[in-house]
Amino acid sequence: MYPAYLEESIHLVEDTRVRRLIETIPRLAEDEKADLLREYHPDYIATSMHKLQVGINKGDATPLELADLLEGNSRIDPDRIDPSKPDHNVDVLVIGCGGAGASAALLAHEAGARVFITTKLRLGDANTVGAQAGTQAADRPNDSPAIHYLDTMGGGHFENIPELVEVLVKDAPSAIKWLEKLGVNWDKEPDGAMYELSGGGTSRRRLHSARDYTGLEEMRVLRDELQNKKIDYLEFAPAVELILDDRGQIAGAILLNMETEELIIVRARAVVMTTGGIGRLHIQGFPTTNHYGATADGLVLAYRAGAELIFIDTMQYHPTGAVYPLQILGQLVTEKVRTLGAQLVNSNGEQFVMPLEPRDTVASAIIRECQGRQYGLRTPNGELGVWLDSPMIDILRGEGTIARELPAMVRQFRRFNIDITREPILVYPTLHYQNGGIKIDTDGATNVPGLYAAGECTGGVHGRNRLIGNSTLELFVFGRRAGRAAARYAKEVKRGSPTLEHLRQWQKDLERAGLARERPVSPRLLPDYVKRAHGYTRQVFQAD
Amino acid sequence: MAEQARLIDIYIMGRHCQVPEGLTILTALEYSGYRMLRGCGCRAGFCGACATIYNFKNDPQLRYDLACQKAVEPDMCLVQIPFFPAAKAVYDLEKLEPDGEKIKALYPDIVKCFGCNTCTKTCPQELEVMWFMTDALRGDIRAVADKSFDCVMCGLCAARCPQGLVPYNVALLCRRLYGRYLAPVSEHLDNRISEIESGKFDAEIEGLKEAGNKELRRRYAERDMEPALEQHWE
Repeated sequence: MYPAYLEESIHLVEDTRVRRLIETIPRLAEDEKADLLREYHPDYIATSMHKLQVGINKGDATPLELADLLEGNSRIDPDRIDPSKPDHNVDVLVIGCGGAGASAALLAHEAGARVFITTKLRLGDANTVGAQAGTQAADRPNDSPAIHYLDTMGGGHFENIPELVEVLVKDAPSAIKWLEKLGVNWDKEPDGAMYELSGGGTSRRRLHSARDYTGLEEMRVLRDELQNKKIDYLEFAPAVELILDDRGQIAGAILLNMETEELIIVRARAVVMTTGGIGRLHIQGFPTTNHYGATADGLVLAYRAGAELIFIDTMQYHPTGAVYPLQILGQLVTEKVRTLGAQLVNSNGEQFVMPLEPRDTVASAIIRECQGRQYGLRTPNGELGVWLDSPMIDILRGEGTIARELPAMVRQFRRFNIDITREPILVYPTLHYQNGGIKIDTDGATNVPGLYAAGECTGGVHGRNRLIGNSTLELFVFGRRAGRAAARYAKEVKRGSPTLEHLRQWQKDLERAGLARERPVSPRLLPDYVKRAHGYTRQVFQAD
Repeated sequence: MAEQARLIDIYIMGRHCQVPEGLTILTALEYSGYRMLRGCGCRAGFCGACATIYNFKNDPQLRYDLACQKAVEPDMCLVQIPFFPAAKAVYDLEKLEPDGEKIKALYPDIVKCFGCNTCTKTCPQELEVMWFMTDALRGDIRAVADKSFDCVMCGLCAARCPQGLVPYNVALLCRRLYGRYLAPVSEHLDNRISEIESGKFDAEIEGLKEAGNKELRRRYAERDMEPALEQHWE
């Protein structure tokens, strides 16, 4: 239920519906887009960025919150730990277990490697489960991998690494097939044709979905398969440092059992980093759609071990995060709502952006509407937002469409007495995804021998802005490639003797730059939302 | 700006706390000083990590929900369930057949269900758990897959089943059997995979990779857009 003054605004939204049924807002030209982004996209606020002073990306700008951790102090004292006495000795260690980690583990196992997975929360507790809208793959007759390539490059402002995009679009249909053979239930027509929708920035209908539980469906199947294959795993045990050897190759990792606070040493011939995103760093104070463990750990560990990062100055703010009610502030209202026909509407009941522009464009347009033009609405808690007119979906596609296509969204709002089939949703951009990350090649290999990476912790494939449905796709395409390549590498590599010398060097570099005392320890592992003695602050609550 | 929220009384594992109205069970725990480790995951109602049991000070009836989605109410008595043991059958999907009897072979205990309906009453997703368990007993894989689709595998049904059954794992088996063997096959997907393997798109993509930035921008701006609204439903 909305408060009365918002109900009043809903009347305005209802009044313009008939006109908006046939109204089309034109797509923005590239230069209009560029102007809009420069003026309103959070990435362009220069004071929110810091130029790194140590490490291989020295001189590159990145958000202050991430810079703090990338330039952080190690949690490990290398003089008190002997990395040559492992508790586990394996071929391939997979760090993190969302969609990318699970895919990598399964493929490395299939290739005959002894695989060990370690993860910070439970197996499969990752951003993957929150992905709702779908997975892209150009498999319909009027579509092609080349069109998918063009859409992806344009979404990323033509800065994506072409070789990675090529692999993404060419592997996409076989990734969908792989998941189906594992038992994923795709939405289909009665004749077996995939039921596909379009999304922001896609020029074809290309999103493969499983209602609005797509990521959950993919993850619960992969997790089950890991257990069927009896792949060893450890939960609540994040990696806190990587181990190198005297040849400069990867040699394993140090894990922390968060419950017993013991350190665990894993010797591995190859490591696949699949730690996911960074939303819980709350860049610029934004709320986030991300899961509890999304704290950039993989970036921190890889960077300290010498891996190059790329596009770390660009974050994705999902255009439609919930702003009302307060209990679900910042949580994802899936893009599928716009895909199905919902429009974005300001306080006058008017549209102000074509709803299926790429995400950075739509997010910037919403910020402009609220901050620049003052046509936003304010919640009782003081948050700004605009209307996402969900009832348009049933008007356009027939009664019952919302209930059938968006059960998770209907359920989430029904808990708070909001019926999204009858009432619009109040939204504002929320921190959703890191476009950049660890630099990889088409096998997921980094510049550190034996260190592979896949999924959200990597960068390059999405350029400066990821399209809908390309993230879940990336998990399976690059997760599988990295798993296979890591297993192959593990067979061939000549091992050296393990060392933590890189940590000693890192601390020296920090001291020299005068940062050792200024920066916190990292990786962060978990955000801290606990109320402190100084009392309840908005900051603490907004954290959710 | 925001008004000061009203404080309400809750009890966390018996301890009296006051928290502002408008928090979820999860954020109320954090507000009260509990840093979550287990019992917290996606914080958005999808992962099932924060299964929670509560009742009210003057009403002993147990209730169940996801802590990240349920708002606190006055006099709630709260506890998180960090872990609950549950049986999972290990199987090779490629060697199974989509035969209803397979469900009973892998989960023989499902015959012990005596229809108390506790599972349905427990489900925070409001699924008809007992009905799909009945479908599983009858071997109707498709019905189980459909009715259990929105399951987040929080485990509350298994925690409360007096017979120790694990409905969420039975449902997952059925969904996997349905997706692998019973769902109609997508011809256009298979065709596209062979086309890609035969190199049909290689030259075109190579052309795009080699096109200069300006040319790529031109082709992007000029690409034709398929209408978002598909027509077949009319």
